[in-house]
Amino acid sequence: MNTKNLTTWRALNTALGDILRETPEAFLMGEDITTWGTGGGIYGVTRKLVTEFGPERVRDTPISEEVLISAAVGAAMRGSRPILEIMYSDFTFLGFDGIINQAAKGRYMFGGQFDVPLVIRTNGGSGIGKAGQHSQSLETMFAHVPGLEVAVPATPADAYGLLRTAAASDNPTIFLEHKNMYYDKGEVDFRPVPFGQARIAREGTDLTVVATQQMLTRSLAAADRLYAEHGISAEVIDPRTLYPFDMDTVIASVGRTRHLVVAHEAVRDYGWGAEVAASVVEQAWSSLDAPPVRLGGARTPIPYSEPLEAAVVPGIDAIYDAMLTVRAAVAA
Amino acid sequence: MTESDTPRFDPAQHGIAGLKMMAMIRAFESRMPVLSEEGLIRGSTHPSVGMEAIATGISLALGPQDSVASNHRGHAHCLARGSDPARTMAEILGRAGGYGRGKGGSMHIGVAELGILGTNGIVGAGIGLATGAALAAQMQGSNAVAVAYFGDGASNQGVLSEAFNLAAIWKLPLLFVCENNHYAQSASIERMVAQQDLKRRGDAYGVPSVDVDGMSLRETFEAASQAVERARKGEGPTFIIADTYRYLGHMAGDTEIYRNRSEVEQWHQKDPIGRLVGELTTAGVLAEADWNSIQAEAQRIVAEAEQFARNSPFPDPAEAFQHVYSEEVMA
Repeated sequence: MNTKNLTTWRALNTALGDILRETPEAFLMGEDITTWGTGGGIYGVTRKLVTEFGPERVRDTPISEEVLISAAVGAAMRGSRPILEIMYSDFTFLGFDGIINQAAKGRYMFGGQFDVPLVIRTNGGSGIGKAGQHSQSLETMFAHVPGLEVAVPATPADAYGLLRTAAASDNPTIFLEHKNMYYDKGEVDFRPVPFGQARIAREGTDLTVVATQQMLTRSLAAADRLYAEHGISAEVIDPRTLYPFDMDTVIASVGRTRHLVVAHEAVRDYGWGAEVAASVVEQAWSSLDAPPVRLGGARTPIPYSEPLEAAVVPGIDAIYDAMLTVRAAVAA
Repeated sequence: MTESDTPRFDPAQHGIAGLKMMAMIRAFESRMPVLSEEGLIRGSTHPSVGMEAIATGISLALGPQDSVASNHRGHAHCLARGSDPARTMAEILGRAGGYGRGKGGSMHIGVAELGILGTNGIVGAGIGLATGAALAAQMQGSNAVAVAYFGDGASNQGVLSEAFNLAAIWKLPLLFVCENNHYAQSASIERMVAQQDLKRRGDAYGVPSVDVDGMSLRETFEAASQAVERARKGEGPTFIIADTYRYLGHMAGDTEIYRNRSEVEQWHQKDPIGRLVGELTTAGVLAEADWNSIQAEAQRIVAEAEQFARNSPFPDPAEAFQHVYSEEVMA
């Protein structure tokens, strides 16, 4: 299969086109997805799709998140396969009833009679000065809800491949893009990426880092520096989906490296990193030579000003320090 | 709409079928307080005795491909749409033979094959689901319509405003059906709604709106038939406000300190079943013996349903872990 070097937004755009072309039941809707900017939403992900597929299947909507989300659930329960764009993940709160009380329970409460093949695409994360109500990382909240699948792509290839899998799933999927990674470039092989299969982004022998999206990128940079400066070799794992979660790959890696750092942009307290650390402690206690270290967003809203924003989200230095700390605990 | 398009209420057809259904719903719902008292129903259950003409009239106007989204007071919506009283009762009793295998209960009864997207424990939530069902029908070119049932209480939820607008701009094949029974749990519409002429709310959003007497099967049926016809022609949504009353409390254990008995008694004088019996008798399509046998048949159906439900086993505890996700994810 051909590969192409694409940006994340273009990989997503290509995936949406392929989905619409191959799946008659699929359609897109969202605010400003056809007539903003170059014709495709705030970050261009739906660019020009309306030209090929028309305004029925690529629908601009009013600003009405509550009814859009619950209507997407109803449409999914009646044989359509909606892909709904919520402009920023912060706006999903306006429609949380639809996500949590309706979509996530639509199969279960009725004894398995209904599929709920719904994808909610949205973006989270900080880094570009969007401040408190356009920058949150909500992946932990969604991962906490039984019935939801949660994808957190970090590369253009995974953005394409995970979106294809999300659209093919009969479960409601929260597809969290990162707003500071739309212009990252990478090779895309146009293959679906199965949920629940982590990717080892960097092989290493001395410690394991589990990280997503922007924290993954920063962990890789920190790992290179750690090796260059101290000869410590970090293995970096991208889980790619938070539910289902590939704990086996993490446990196996920790079995080799005997050290664990978890890094996410979601608030550290009660974050998914705690779940990973606890699971490793429970299932692989004897593998650990040191307590796991968790990194995450500070317990603050995301501030606007650049130095403030940088102060509350782990940067390369913080991750580098955590890696050293977890290794130092051995010597101590 | 031209006169010839208007579906007419035929007493011999719609009247008799509706009466049978209403009598059965009345018998079914009248068992709810008894079964609650006996400890067979856990949590909350909300009977709709007195409100039978609405679900029945609406359902008589629907076809097999249509969808309905219900609310917490939803047994009648399901039964009128054709749900099996036995499986419905079994679900309310939390048994394996229920539609949700005991996982939903009274507030979460769904029947996929009948397009019933569930009774619902969140006030107003069915409005969004029905909007989506209407959107799916429109996109699939299926000619199906969807119904959202909700109460006067739900008219204060924001989703209704959003759904009115969305359905209007997209001309969705959707019936908004407000069963105005005058109380949102304990809170009267007089206390909680400034603009009590709900019709004006729908009209304000560009959704043609109509008031009907919710105690009249004829009126609910004819309003629904016109709305369904409009929807199937691609003319968009209709808002039907049906004035009605619930004879019983909000749920078992309701002290009803928010209303007085004389008010309840006054509404009993407008009883939808008694009124329909009178109309059909006058029309010459119902003799006293017919009505007696209809009532006996309703009692028999409900007694059999209750027997089925009581005899249906409780689900195996392993059932609790099924259907969270599709099978490939659960595996």
